[in-house]
Amino acid sequence: MRPFDYQAPATVDEAIAALAAKGERARPLAGGTDILVQLRQGRFELDLLVDLKRIPELLAIGYDPDTGLTIGAAVSCAVLAEHPDVRTHYPGLLDAASIIGGTAIQGRATLGGNLCNAAPSGDSIAAMMVLGARAVVAGPSGRREVPVASFCTAPGKTVLQKGELVVALKIPAPQPHTGARYLRFIPRGEMDIAVAGAGAWVALTADATRITNARIALAAVAPTPLNVPEASAALVGHAPGEDVFAQAAALASEAATPIHDTRGTTPQRRHLVAVLVRRALQGAVKRAMANEAPGQEAQR
Amino acid sequence: MTGKQKVSAIINGELAEFLCEPHQSLLECLRDILGLTGAKEGCNDGNCGACSVLLDGRLVNSCLVLGVEIEGREVTTIEGLAGWQGLHPLQQAFIAEDALQCGYCTPGMLMAGKALLDRNPNPTEAEIRTWLSGNLCRCTGYDKIVRAVRSASKRMTEVV
Ligand SMILES: Cc1cc2nc3c(=O)[nH]c(=O)nc-3n(C[C@H](O)[C@H](O)[C@H](O)COP(=O)(O)OP(=O)(O)OC[C@H]3O[C@@H](n4cnc5c(N)ncnc54)[C@H](O)[C@@H]3O)c2cc1C
Ligand code: FES
Ligand code: FES
Repeated sequence: MRPFDYQAPATVDEAIAALAAKGERARPLAGGTDILVQLRQGRFELDLLVDLKRIPELLAIGYDPDTGLTIGAAVSCAVLAEHPDVRTHYPGLLDAASIIGGTAIQGRATLGGNLCNAAPSGDSIAAMMVLGARAVVAGPSGRREVPVASFCTAPGKTVLQKGELVVALKIPAPQPHTGARYLRFIPRGEMDIAVAGAGAWVALTADATRITNARIALAAVAPTPLNVPEASAALVGHAPGEDVFAQAAALASEAATPIHDTRGTTPQRRHLVAVLVRRALQGAVKRAMANEAPGQEAQR
Repeated sequence: MTGKQKVSAIINGELAEFLCEPHQSLLECLRDILGLTGAKEGCNDGNCGACSVLLDGRLVNSCLVLGVEIEGREVTTIEGLAGWQGLHPLQQAFIAEDALQCGYCTPGMLMAGKALLDRNPNPTEAEIRTWLSGNLCRCTGYDKIVRAVRSASKRMTEVV
């Protein structure tokens, strides 16, 4: 690896100042599971890495039944998955956090890093999109919130401006009769990048006879994780069931613009999208109906 | 630019102080600066697990940690697994079950196994396989490794 400087500031302001001073030549370091690999591959060069893991705000997880979940951007997936409120209330998020790499990768990888790396295949991005997550961004001119759904602009590109970093991810409080599920296809059980992934979130009427709201998002089948509003719209007002799931799945499959590469062909990915959307919807509806103990299901 | 930084950390229960450059990985620091060559380099990109160590009790790939990041933290490597009383039950079980051939993956497997048993003293076979999914072995076919972790877990929970 080409040499670079390293700073581990204790506050967000110091981190912003350090990043802003170096512009393109500096980047944040969260878990390092993307950026250290990329630096070693020589994909780009940096003068400075700014470690975010000494900033207390970025290491905190807060849950409030009214306002929801706030995850510090430097919280690892492993720490997140051990948090009791996350286990109880956000199984759809754990679906993703518990499949990123293996145990050792999860010991370091963060959701903030997954989002800011902006890979089309980022597993947690689609999962966060359907949950209505927002990224809290801090920079030289203050703080702003950006919906995760509009955060990634192209492969590896985000809305972040010079000196900006993500300090936290905010996920709304789960409402009664709602449920979420994220699923992906990989050729083996663990430790692979998604060939295709699908997240689904549904809200049902109290008697579970109608879908009142839905969100569907896809991974690895477009230049960025992809929101599919037309598939969501097809579900609203209908009774949850295979017919309407199949309709939404077909629309999602049409909306996908997958590439053809070593991981999968374009037709295979389109087919996978339909299968995964159907299964994600089944899982989301099951969770919405049952309020099932999420930790148990989150294994995958 | 850059230059060496001083790092102080607890490594295998003892205070260690060393100098390294910011871009050097923890794996490089352990092996080339501190002479702790138990952790192995397989892929150097997070895929094989041969470099697995515990950082503040959590399993990480030391090839994807910078040496400077461990300032003030605790690291346990394979060299710290055996105690004064002798080999750790996992090490004994790996020998008893013939859970290694070339041995290159073994330090990583053992550290991953320890991280698992520290959290879940009585894992199922499926839990062991999922937990060890980031540790590759080219030799054993994994069955013996999984069996060894189970047998160590049995021994350790019986003793208590
Ligand atoms: C073996 C292996 C397996 C993997 N498997 C998967 C997988 O199954 N699914 C998957 O989605 N990914 C996978 N990944 C990729 C990676 O682990 C994830 O994308 C992870 O979530 C990245 O998080 P990180 O904290 O390590 O990011 P880092 O590497 O620290 O950072 C990634 C990028 O985001 C920037 N960044 C980080 N945090 C912030 C912040 N708070 N504000 C602004 N910018 C920031 C960094 O500057 C860098 O450009 C895998 C990687 C490896 C090595
Ligand atoms: S050498 Fe670190 S994971 Fe392979
Ligand atoms: S024993 Fe040779 S790689 Fe596992």
